[in-house]
Parts: sequence; structure tokens; C-alpha cells
Amino acid sequence: MSVIKEYWHKLSSAKHFYPIAGALLPWFLIPALLMLIWGSWQGLVVAPADYQQGDSYRIIFVHVPAAWLSMMAYMVMAINGAIYLVWKIKLADIVAESAAPIGASFTFLALATGSLWGKPMWGTWWVWDARLTSELVLLFLYLGTIALRGAIDDRQRAGRAAGLLGLVGAINVPIIHFSVEWWETLHQPATVSKFSAPSMHSSMLTPLLVMALAFTLFFFAVLMVKIRAGILEQERHSRWLSALYAEAPETTTTYSPEGEPGRNG
Amino acid sequence: MKKRHRKLLFIVIGMAGLAAAAALVLNAFSSNLVYFRSPSDVAAGKVNTDNPFRLGGMVREGSVVRVPGTLKVSFVVTDYEQDVAIHYDGVLPDLFREGQGVVTEGRLDAEGVFTAHTVLAKHDENYMPPEVADALEKAGKSADGSDLSPSATP
Repeated sequence: MSVIKEYWHKLSSAKHFYPIAGALLPWFLIPALLMLIWGSWQGLVVAPADYQQGDSYRIIFVHVPAAWLSMMAYMVMAINGAIYLVWKIKLADIVAESAAPIGASFTFLALATGSLWGKPMWGTWWVWDARLTSELVLLFLYLGTIALRGAIDDRQRAGRAAGLLGLVGAINVPIIHFSVEWWETLHQPATVSKFSAPSMHSSMLTPLLVMALAFTLFFFAVLMVKIRAGILEQERHSRWLSALYAEAPETTTTYSPEGEPGRNG
Repeated sequence: MKKRHRKLLFIVIGMAGLAAAAALVLNAFSSNLVYFRSPSDVAAGKVNTDNPFRLGGMVREGSVVRVPGTLKVSFVVTDYEQDVAIHYDGVLPDLFREGQGVVTEGRLDAEGVFTAHTVLAKHDENYMPPEVADALEKAGKSADGSDLSPSATP
């Protein structure tokens, strides 16, 4: 009995999440874009120049949110990978798969913007200090899980292998976060931390936090799109998906689950 | 159900073991993970001065001496406990100034002079508009709210 229940549970979660993800998408995307526009305007134009760095510090409004999201996306990936390993929920595997390339993009953005800032401010594009190196390792972990998933044909085995690698790599996330406190690094310590007042003037802090929220919402918006695409791919032979698109005859140009375009039209 | 719990337990124990292993490894290699050493480390003999190394600290106020017509510059790096004199011939980064952090890369000679081939500016975590910095300075406070003159502190 429990096997049948489990089967339905597994199938239904993807089935039920597909329309939910579609409904959530505008609620993530629209505030994200509005906040991106407002935060960029405030950060790049309105906020005052820094007393030491002048205008160069303004890259913080992209760099810091990207770096935060690179770690948050990794935790989303690792936790969903663990859920798939233990409970074999297919949707969790789709979420883990979807989070990887988004997180890798944020990691690359954090590394690239940091490097652009480092050259004029520090005097170097790159140093092998603990913060920069651990963030680079994060990028390799993302690319590793993507490559591992791509290298294994069997969907279940690919998900398990990528999930395990992602989980093991999660050790790196606290290392990135605390690297600037544990060891002497060239990278400065955190400006905004949970346990103390931010070392930043409020005229700069507000746009930074708005940008961070915008990046977070944008991450979830892209995640929803990718999860929907992942569900479409995984459930392409399922009856509920055929039924869903058969009910909507105006969507003749959308993806046909049976691979026969126009069948539903 | 049983198998699932076993898997969960395996993952929890595995992650705990992995975290412990990572902590031990990072602790054991911590002297290699620091990006630079302080003048106090040098004075205490914790650094092998036969090899090049990175020395970090603050540029002592009033210690920067430039040789006119060249890029040669000398200054003192301090952690407010110990000082090391630095000689450098090259372009300094934008943020290099007295009272700011730097990381220098080079060799210490027998006379205790550090000849640097690279000087990097180390930025702190404080961000504020110039007016706020001026106001703080007038009040005799540094950017993090502590007293500006470190020599006065014990």
C-alpha cells in the first residue's frame, strides 16, 4: 500500500507544483525587476561616493548581492539534493538541478565584479587568499555537479551522484562565510553581518539591501521558470501534462508532451 | 520507512564527520591559509624569513618617504606592536595611504628591512560618504567608532 501511496505522492508533487510555480513567477519577477531598477538608480546615481574609494565602491551593489546569492543558491541545491537522496522526491531533484546553473552564474558574477574592483583598489585582479579561493572552489563545485549530472545517462543515478557531490561541497559554504574572520585575508571582513551594526552609512546600506532582496526574488523567479521546464521534461510522457495542454487549445505553439506538434490544436 | 531513516542517519553522520575532518584539516593548515603575516609574527620568529613572504599591517602615519623623480618609496608597516621598514619601487594602488592597511610581498634582509616587489592595499569594511568621515574625524573617532590615535591606546 505504502508503495502505491508513495508513487502517487511523488507524481502528484511535480504535478501540483507545476501550476504553483507558474502562479508564483510574476510575484517574484515583477517586484524583482522594480527593485532592481530602483536599487540600481539609488546605488549608482543617488548614493554618495565613498570617503576612501570614491565612485569605485559602487560595484558593491552588484558584487555583494551576487556573492550572497551564490551561497544561498548553493544551500537550496544542497538541501534539495539531500531530500532527493533520502526521500527520492523527484521534484527535489528538479529543484537541485535548476538551482545549479543559476548559482554558478551568481558565483561567476561575484568573482568577476570583485576582480574588476580589486585591480584599482587592491592593485591586483586576483589573489589566492582564503575568501577568493573558497569562492572559486564554489564555482567549481557548481560546475562539478552540472558536469556529473550530464555525464550519467540514468536520471536517478545522475540525481543521486550530483546530490551527494552537492551535499559534500556544502562544507565549503561556511568556510566562504567565515574565511575573512578565521584567517588573515586580503578581502575585507563582512560589512553587513547579522550580529553587529552594519559598517556602512544608511544612504548606501538601503540600496544595497534593496538590491540583495531584488537578487533573491530574481533567483526565485528564474528558479520557477527552470523548475517548470524541468517538470515538463521529466513528466513529458505523463497523462496529466497531456491533459493540461489538451484543455488549452489556444496553446498550439507550446511544447507538445507527446512530441507531435499540433496534436493538441 | 526503515531504509529512509537509515539513509538520513547516514547523511547526518556523514556530514558531521566531514565537517569535523574539514575543521581538523583547516586548523592544521591554518598557518598556510593566512594570506599575510604581521610584524609581530616576524618579531616573534614565527616566519621563516629566509624565504619571501607577505607582510601585512597598517602604514604608519608620517612614515611614507618618496624619492623625488622615481617610483621609489619607503614606509613603515605596523600592527601597533611591532614595526617593519619597507622599501618598494613601483606603482602603489589607489587606496594606499598613511593609516590604511597594506599587504606587501617580498623579502626581509639581515638589517630588518623588507624589500617589497608588490604592494596591495587592504581595504576595511567601512563605507561612508566623505562628509560623515569628516564629521567622525572631527570628533576624534575612526571609521569603526574607536579612537583615532592608536598610539594612545595601551
